Amino acid sequence: MCTTCGCSDNAEPRLVSGGESHSHEHSHSHSHEHSHDHEHTHSHSHDHEHGHDHDHSHELTAKSHNTIQLEQDILAKNNLLAMRNRGFFEGRKVLALNLVSSPGSGKTALLERTINELGAQIAIGVIEGDQETDNDAQRIKATGAKVVQINTGAGCHLEADIVARAINALDPTNNSIVFIENVGNLVCPALFDLGEQAKVAILSTTEGEDKPLKYPHMFRAAQVLLINKIDLLPYLKFDINKCIANALAINPSLKVMAVSAQEGTGMQLWYDWLKANILAPARG
Amino acid sequence: MHELSITANIVAIVAEKAGSQRVVRVKLEIGELSAIVPDSVRFCFDVCAKGTVLEDAVLEIDQIKPRGKCQSCGAEFDLELMAVKCKCGSVDIACIAGNELKIKEMEIA
Repeated sequence: MCTTCGCSDNAEPRLVSGGESHSHEHSHSHSHEHSHDHEHTHSHSHDHEHGHDHDHSHELTAKSHNTIQLEQDILAKNNLLAMRNRGFFEGRKVLALNLVSSPGSGKTALLERTINELGAQIAIGVIEGDQETDNDAQRIKATGAKVVQINTGAGCHLEADIVARAINALDPTNNSIVFIENVGNLVCPALFDLGEQAKVAILSTTEGEDKPLKYPHMFRAAQVLLINKIDLLPYLKFDINKCIANALAINPSLKVMAVSAQEGTGMQLWYDWLKANILAPARG
Repeated sequence: MHELSITANIVAIVAEKAGSQRVVRVKLEIGELSAIVPDSVRFCFDVCAKGTVLEDAVLEIDQIKPRGKCQSCGAEFDLELMAVKCKCGSVDIACIAGNELKIKEMEIA
C-alpha cells in the first residue's frame, strides 16, 4: 500500500526512497467517492454517559499526487561509508580518533610528541587532512610513524569516503592507534562522521575561553577536549577554569585534559586515556 | 562553505530518485542546530540544480526549533542556547530536535 496516498496498486517499482521504498507507478485517478453518509444509528437508550468519541478523520491528504515523500537523511551516504570505516577499525582493533580544532591549536605538535613518547609501545598511524601542502605529513614522517596526507583543496572538512581511501593506503596494523587530523575548522568537521571511535577537540590557551560557547556543535560532538599550550598560561588572560566550565555546560560528559604538547605537561593523562581506550574502545 | 557540498548532495539524491522526471519542488527539513545555514543552501541550490532535472525547482525549507530533554528528570523544553540548565539543576540535556538535515519530499512535474 502506498504510504503517501493510501492506495494499493502494485505496479512497477520506479522511485526508491531511503529505506522505505515508496515506489510505484500510479496514475492516481482517485475517484474516492466519499459520500460520507455515515448513518450513526446509535439508538443509545443508556441512561449513563458514554464517552463516544467518533473522531472520523477522513483526511484525503490534499497534497498533490506528484509529491513523493523521501524522508532521506542528507548525510546518509557519508554515514554509511563511516560505518564501513568503523567496521574496518573494529576488525583490526584499531583505536581511531578524529582530531578537530581551529587552525594553529597544536594538533600536529600534539601528535609529534605523542608518537615520540608512545610510539615505542603502540603502533601509531596518522591521516593528515589539510586544504593544501604536505607540511604536516612531513613533520609526522620525521617521527617515523606511518602517515597519509589528504589535501581537500577547496573542501573545509574530511568526509568518510576520502578517509576510506586513506585507510587503505595507511593499512594500519592490529591494535594500533590511527589519528585522523581533520582540517583546522571548528564548524563543519562536527557534521561528518568518519568512522572514528571518538572526536578529540583541541583548544589552545591563545584562543578565547568562550570558544565552546561560540562553536557548540563541535564541543557537543567531541568526547575528549584537550586544552593545549598551558605553558603559556602565565602570559595570557585565559581563564582555564572558565573555559572548562563553558565546555562542560555544552557537553557535560566531555573528558577534559589540560596539556602542553610543547613542554610535555599533562601528557601522561592523555597517554593513559589512549591506552585505556585502545583496550576498550570508547564506543561501539 | 560546507553548504555547497551539502547542497550538491541534496541535488544528487533528489535527481537520482527522480530519474528522468522533472522536479518542480523540493522540501527540506533543517534543524537550527545542524550547523547548516538555510540561506546559504538557497544560494547554492540554484547553482547546483542548473542543468539537472531540478533546474528551476522551488526550494522549501522547514526550520526546526531545538528541543531538549533533561536526562535526569525527563522534562522537555525549547533550547534557547546550547548551554542550558534544567529547572531541576541538571545540565545533562539531550537534544531531541534541532539537528535535522533531511530531504522531506519532492514534487514531480
